[in-house]
Amino acid sequence: MPSSAKSPCATASGSGLLPTVLNGYATDNFFDEMFLPDGTLRPHYRKFVTKFGTIPKAELDTKRKAVDALFLRQGITFNVYGDSQGTERIFPFDLLPRIIPAAEWEKLEAGLIQRITALNLFLHDIYHEQRILKDGVIPAYYVLSAKHFRREFVNFRVPGDIYIHVCGTDLIRGADGGYMVLEDNARCPSGVSYMLENRRAMRRTFPDFFEGVGVRSVSNYPAELLNVLQHVAPAGVGDPTVVLLTPGSYNSAYFEHTYLARQMGIEIVEGRDLVVRDQRVFMRTTKGQQPVHVIYRRIDDDFLDPTVFRSDSALGVPGLIHAYRAGNVSLANSIGTGLADDKVMYYFVPRIIKYYLDQDPIIPNVPTYLASEEKDCAYILENLDKLVVKAANEAGGYGMLMGPHASKAEREDFRDRIVADPRNYIAQPMISLSRHPTFIEETDHCEGRHIDLRPYILYGNKTTVIPGGLTRVALRRGSLVVNSSQGGGSKDTWVLYADE
Amino acid sequence: MLSRVANCLYWMSRYLERADNTARLLDVNLQLLLDGRALDERALAGHWIPIVQSAGDETLFSALYPRATAETVTEFLVFHPENPNSIQGSISQARENARMVRDQITGEVWEEINRLYLFLRQPQARAMARSSAVEFFQEIKASSLLLQGLTNATVLHNEGWLFQQAGKYLERADKTSRILDVRHTAFPARGAPEPVSQAGALEWAAVLRSCSAWDAYKSTHGSEVQPALVADFLLLSPDFPRSVRYCVQQLNHALRRISGVAESSFSNDAEKLAGRLLAELQFGTPAEIFDAGLHTSIDVLQSKLNDIGAALFKAYIFQAFLIQDSEQLHQQEEQQQQAASALSPG
Repeated sequence: MPSSAKSPCATASGSGLLPTVLNGYATDNFFDEMFLPDGTLRPHYRKFVTKFGTIPKAELDTKRKAVDALFLRQGITFNVYGDSQGTERIFPFDLLPRIIPAAEWEKLEAGLIQRITALNLFLHDIYHEQRILKDGVIPAYYVLSAKHFRREFVNFRVPGDIYIHVCGTDLIRGADGGYMVLEDNARCPSGVSYMLENRRAMRRTFPDFFEGVGVRSVSNYPAELLNVLQHVAPAGVGDPTVVLLTPGSYNSAYFEHTYLARQMGIEIVEGRDLVVRDQRVFMRTTKGQQPVHVIYRRIDDDFLDPTVFRSDSALGVPGLIHAYRAGNVSLANSIGTGLADDKVMYYFVPRIIKYYLDQDPIIPNVPTYLASEEKDCAYILENLDKLVVKAANEAGGYGMLMGPHASKAEREDFRDRIVADPRNYIAQPMISLSRHPTFIEETDHCEGRHIDLRPYILYGNKTTVIPGGLTRVALRRGSLVVNSSQGGGSKDTWVLYADE
Repeated sequence: MLSRVANCLYWMSRYLERADNTARLLDVNLQLLLDGRALDERALAGHWIPIVQSAGDETLFSALYPRATAETVTEFLVFHPENPNSIQGSISQARENARMVRDQITGEVWEEINRLYLFLRQPQARAMARSSAVEFFQEIKASSLLLQGLTNATVLHNEGWLFQQAGKYLERADKTSRILDVRHTAFPARGAPEPVSQAGALEWAAVLRSCSAWDAYKSTHGSEVQPALVADFLLLSPDFPRSVRYCVQQLNHALRRISGVAESSFSNDAEKLAGRLLAELQFGTPAEIFDAGLHTSIDVLQSKLNDIGAALFKAYIFQAFLIQDSEQLHQQEEQQQQAASALSPG
């Protein structure tokens, strides 16, 4: 991160139309989403700020409180784990939207489609001919040793040849404003309900903004998702019964599960609601057992079927995998997609795109070093105080070292772990994430906060990128962690029809 | 409809009705004490213990509190965390069930249950229950009525709605009988209860008011409170929407609509038992009830209601679910995709 505090920094000035909460806003030499380095407004924020500036501060405060109350009342909350009081918190929401102009989005959309297409081809290849390994593009060792590689499913034909139906790819912007992919979430990405609810809250708060500013709608997500799920129904089923399989109401994403099920008009089931008979899946209803054809599962591979994977799974359905293998039920996402989430595979995604599509990646990766490559490893070990080290198969800030912020003891601990198990570690330079003006309650003013973006991609008979996504904000000053349990919040994401 | 979902809707509805009835019972009896008689400790206990008994948790109460006073009974029946049937406990469980079936109820219903839950968890709620009990219970009763209205006006009247109806009326029939039974020390072992003095009449009027039956009773029997007529009214009235007979009629009706089986026959034990109990209430007389003993009759009635509940569970819900280790289930539910909600900084 640049030591920006000392550098001369631009102060937002603009055209005198700036709302008072933005007066004196400083970009501090970070890439700012709303302001140019000289402090003038970026063109695609102009329409919004003009309207926003007309709202008196007192009214803004009222609106902000109303939105928080709305989320609390609707129970749009996440559970705080390990809290015996059963405390639920709302995911803090900031009223200033993150805005993306049309041309920028077009490029992102193309890049995301390119990526999910390549990853689906990659997974199909790995679970069939393994050409990419035979051609030596990726060392076979890396794939075969991946934690989420499911050798049981080699040569199994998944419905519609689709592995990743739903993908939530995390994007960040660095110091120069260039977008990069931080990670692919090809298992069961969550957060899409926040994208939809944030938009609903904004429409309620600023009903007259949307038409004037020209914001693209995100509301067709549930319908598009249902299309994808119906598309992969087992052959010969005319009117498939689609269900959403949830781990249950104690899961932090449970709100999202019920939300999506309701929007799609499908049943939300728990493992104990399902039963397998003659390799067919049924749900237990008050009128006996009813057949199920497609399962949008929101539980991990390991827990799906205690007779095949983890035998202690209380969430799964005994016999489900047999039914899946027999082609009587489809799963989305398919089993084994976790391979694409392995951070070592991430390193190879640019090569994967080149190999299957003969294209260069439209959105680049963050520069990455593999600890199991001798040269990289030496570099990592020498630069532990500058790098971010990540375990290959963990997420959510687990198994991660933020070199510049870590203590000496923590760095030494990671050095030992890397040396002991290099296959499981990668390292990346510390990226100075872009910032966005965000209202900060303590100072009663807007300050720059780091953000990321998770757009959602659906892959069925066509590929759809929903124009928007979940913008997460690290609310603590200087923090790069947008995790909801660590002081993260979110913003609505507006993709414009035009460039201004 | 998923059996688990039917079960959740049924219990959500029962717990809401339970909270409502507890609020009614407490509200009226607190007001009764305000009617200006200085009671010694024994008389106070004589007033409050039957109320605790009617909620069915006397053992737990005496383990927690040395004395039955307005304050301890209110605390126990409204807030105590160890009393699962307290108002707060009932609303929490109603909400927990509602959470599991959010896709089945409307946003309006969910938001109101959630609002009531959040209201009860505020520290101010306790203060309000103490300083302005009437407003506090009014809040709960009004919310309950709002929820019933929303359920009728915004939720599809499908199978799930019928399970909610069944739960509501089963719970209400039981609670009305319990509220009546609060006066059981005044019942003779056999025969009709005697006419009462003016002070006694107040307590019988309180029973009526707990069931919101005061106006309805007056319009049927005039303003003189006769214990025998009160019992008759609360047990056997065909038209009063909280009488046991009316509730069983609604329960029976809901059960028939769930299965589609006509009133003249039955397809499972729940229908058989509900139909039989309804016939007893339709063709029974107050004299027969008093001959058998009012308290005894109420006991028998309550166990028949329990049997209907058990039969309903067996017919629609229970399908040999594996009894899982709930601790393990809980833990695994939480662990799933915690990862996905987090961003690792680059």
